[in-house]
Amino acid sequence: MIRDKDSVLVLEDGYTFPGYSFGMGGSTLGEIVFATGMSGYQETLTDPSYAGQIVVQTAPHIGNTGMNDLDEESDRIWVSGYVVKEISRIDSNFRSERSLEADLLRDQVVGIAGLDTRALTLHLRNLGVMRAGIFTGEEAHKPISDLVEIVRASEPMAGRSLSDVVSTKKTYKVSGQGEIQGKVAILDLGIKRSTIENMAARGLDVIVYPAQVDVETLLEEHPDAVFFSNGPGDPSTADKQILLLQEILRRGIPFFGICFGNQLLGRALGFDTYKLAFGHRGINQPVIDKRSGKVEVTAHNHGFAVKMDSQGVIESPAGFGKVQVSHLCLNDNVVEGIECLDLPAYSVQYHPEAAAGPHDANYLFDRLVQLIEDTKMDKRK
Amino acid sequence: MPKREDIKSVLVIGSGPIVIGQACEFDYSGTQACRVLRSEGVRVILVNSNPATIMTDPDFADATYIEPITPQVIEAIIAKERPDAILPTLGGQTALNAAISLHEAGILEKYNVELIGAKVAAIKAGEDRQSFKELVLRSGADVAKSLIAHSLEDVLEGARVLGYPVVVRPSFTMGGLGSGIAFNEEDLIRIAGAGLQASPTTEVLLEESILGWKEYELELMRDKADNTVVVCSIENVDPVGVHTGDSITVAPALTLTDREYQRLRDIGIDIIRAVGVDTGGCNIQFAVEPNTGRVIVIEMNPRVSRSSALASKATGFPIAKIAAKLAIGYTLDEIPNDITKVTPASFEPTLDYVVVKVPRFAFEKFPAADNTLTTTMKSVGEAMAIGRTFGQALQKALRSLERRGSSFHWGEQPFSKDELLETSKKPTDGRIVTLQQAMRMGATIEEAFEATKIDPWFLEQIQYINMAANEIANADKLDSTVLTFAKENGFSDQQIAQLRGETEQTIRDTRHKLGIRPVFKTVDTCAGEFPALTPYHYSSYEQQTEVRPSTDKKVIIIGSGPNRIGQGVEFDYSCVHASFALSDAGFETIMINCNPETVSTDYDTSDRLYFEPLTLEDVLEVIHAESQSGDVIGVVVQLGGQTALGLAQGLATAGIPILGTLTLLKPSW
Repeated sequence: MIRDKDSVLVLEDGYTFPGYSFGMGGSTLGEIVFATGMSGYQETLTDPSYAGQIVVQTAPHIGNTGMNDLDEESDRIWVSGYVVKEISRIDSNFRSERSLEADLLRDQVVGIAGLDTRALTLHLRNLGVMRAGIFTGEEAHKPISDLVEIVRASEPMAGRSLSDVVSTKKTYKVSGQGEIQGKVAILDLGIKRSTIENMAARGLDVIVYPAQVDVETLLEEHPDAVFFSNGPGDPSTADKQILLLQEILRRGIPFFGICFGNQLLGRALGFDTYKLAFGHRGINQPVIDKRSGKVEVTAHNHGFAVKMDSQGVIESPAGFGKVQVSHLCLNDNVVEGIECLDLPAYSVQYHPEAAAGPHDANYLFDRLVQLIEDTKMDKRK
Repeated sequence: MPKREDIKSVLVIGSGPIVIGQACEFDYSGTQACRVLRSEGVRVILVNSNPATIMTDPDFADATYIEPITPQVIEAIIAKERPDAILPTLGGQTALNAAISLHEAGILEKYNVELIGAKVAAIKAGEDRQSFKELVLRSGADVAKSLIAHSLEDVLEGARVLGYPVVVRPSFTMGGLGSGIAFNEEDLIRIAGAGLQASPTTEVLLEESILGWKEYELELMRDKADNTVVVCSIENVDPVGVHTGDSITVAPALTLTDREYQRLRDIGIDIIRAVGVDTGGCNIQFAVEPNTGRVIVIEMNPRVSRSSALASKATGFPIAKIAAKLAIGYTLDEIPNDITKVTPASFEPTLDYVVVKVPRFAFEKFPAADNTLTTTMKSVGEAMAIGRTFGQALQKALRSLERRGSSFHWGEQPFSKDELLETSKKPTDGRIVTLQQAMRMGATIEEAFEATKIDPWFLEQIQYINMAANEIANADKLDSTVLTFAKENGFSDQQIAQLRGETEQTIRDTRHKLGIRPVFKTVDTCAGEFPALTPYHYSSYEQQTEVRPSTDKKVIIIGSGPNRIGQGVEFDYSCVHASFALSDAGFETIMINCNPETVSTDYDTSDRLYFEPLTLEDVLEVIHAESQSGDVIGVVVQLGGQTALGLAQGLATAGIPILGTLTLLKPSW
């Protein structure tokens, strides 16, 4: 039990945090970000939006409830490295099927524990997210300056396209439950299982397409709506998907987007996106729905955001009519939702599917059903 | 939606004398409410019969009545003061009961006074068990199954449906006469037989037993716009069967997946809405069956409570203060988060540390009292500790109790593993240490679980502390690696001394020579996402400290620790006044205390707050940290009762200037 801290986390600015290795040995590189949720580490680990990132959990005890098949948000762990204060030595929960460590080993994820995760978090908050590396075993003994060089040589997140890494390779279908309300074509940019489940539970048949699909294929089954999912990477690299979305908007097909999908709607409408200093990653973020004036506590996981005026109605610079900001984060006034007033399209930057997180924003899936219904009614008229 | 302009004056009802189950947490909540209301320009009228409270100081209300909390007296006060509203949700059950009596006697109507914070219907919905049950079921949640029986045959048939153990409650008997838990048919025939006889209607209620289930609490707040937040989740280490006030509790909940936690949150929000708490807080207790996850709602309190005081201190989210603001019409998004100042209160605190609360009992004062812990609260006080891990926080909390034997120890153990396990089957005041001893003597996690039904995750933590103790004891040399390891796992110098056969002083000297000292982290409500402007600290053995340098001359005040018989809220009163007076005199004030119920541990009271055990080691480290960041002119020990006085000698010996009279020190000094 008593041992020296044999591994090290190295930041690109030269800061180092010694700790113990867990999960896979070896080393890993990525953009280091902190996530503040106290529950739901399994959902975090399996969320494809974390691809390419080393995730720091601010909650000190991770792994307590093990891992189970039901809580998976995709079929593997996506983080490129995992940083925790203390990893649980046992898993204690009636639904646990295996330990966190077992899944980290299965998916070859390098982890580091026992370090001052709070000091690390404050550092990232003050200086912004940056590149980092976890080095264990032999590698950890190299001179720090060499390790910093390795970190500095890695690819930064800005300008990085990761959709193809996380997207499904094959198109697949999930049937809606109960009375069918419509059909949704999903562009998988790193989708979470809960999003699909939320749609299916509302009687929506969904067809999930790979990120590189063309418009004809996306629309060949005559969907009632198109959905762009969450996902990793810099939205400014997604030109192909933005052109696709502009075509959807031109055809007047109802559209809903979450997270990366929101950034792409912003760009399709002609707005810019930018990288936040340290992003929003947590399940306690207050967002106001400007339509109802109500505050919802929501799950966030985004490092980029849409840049647009949050007051009043504005004209889409790309010529898609009037648009407005529908949701705002009350912590820092970051744009959290967009709605088109002349087109059946809306999106949110945060996660109404939650998982992990509160269910306050679940109503946004009801809005999709409503939007489909309204559009059908309009067509009949 | 800004504050209501029609409320110009508010009558705040206090909680009266301290009794078991209702202690100084209501001084804390009431004081916060009075401060908030006055700062909002509302005239505050206060009634409380307890003069040992901060809230009854003339400074805290515009008119203070130190009078009995009875409907007659309150009516007279209403007649004289003619308040626009009454705020009854911050004075415990006493104040709520008084409000209901006033309503039922028609006094509220007569004087046209509005109840704010909770409506009569909401208060009643929580109290009437039958209507609460219906309300819970309507919310899609579950309650313990029960059925009525009028004969022994019915009873036996009922038990077959509900399974054993089964709770028997005879109808219409006084004070629970004839009720009990039957573990088998024999028990049942005996208990239910007597129960049927005792009941004037020959009727007993059989209820599914939830003994041994996991117990959780949520603290929720809701505003008039229906914005609802969960301030804190609390997990009871002791399973259902021990009153939450007597349980060791931990925040946040540590053994729930997000799916399970969100289900509790959904149920909680449904209930607070259904009950109709529309401008304030409530506490909801849940039982979770450990093998199936089935959730039962145990009860709901539409007011601030002991748990909400704990939740406030545990998270930095001041529930009573916010409740007072909601009561006069603000919404959560209009109220700034006290700690960050820039973000709103319409969020849910997230913790990057673990909080452990342990109860303080006084059975030694009542040798004839049964120290078995039941659903009736018996503790007289509590200590809270904050650590970066559960192990750290638990060890700190246990030493905060200031009782010989309250901490884990590794001395001689005359009892065998089996004897210790047998003893730990019955929940008593010292069970956690008995359990640690049993595990030290070889009891496995499975055996400990069988005996106590405490979640294996917590048991493994205890087992790990024992294993760590072994390594510390057997290490060749007490070097930096070993000492750091011990400190990271919450071991005190005293415990290390016991393990190494040295004196505490030797260990401390060695540690200081090696430069191993704690850093101090900040309670900030947001796990570091936003800068914290309020210096509310706890210690941890890690890389980086957050104590900021200061230029004023500083005075450190030692608080009085957990309440006990003979040392209660009156010492907190003194410490708080010392802090105010020193602050007025231009000093920077620093409070050290570990009692979550108090005004002194409100982060607003002093310039800096250290939530730390009041042992010599922990206090010396705070003094050291503060001395590194400015000029500490001395320590006040004379106002914190025996706790603080007990430290005087040690502090003086360590060369720390003691402020005030030195004759307080023992003659040997």
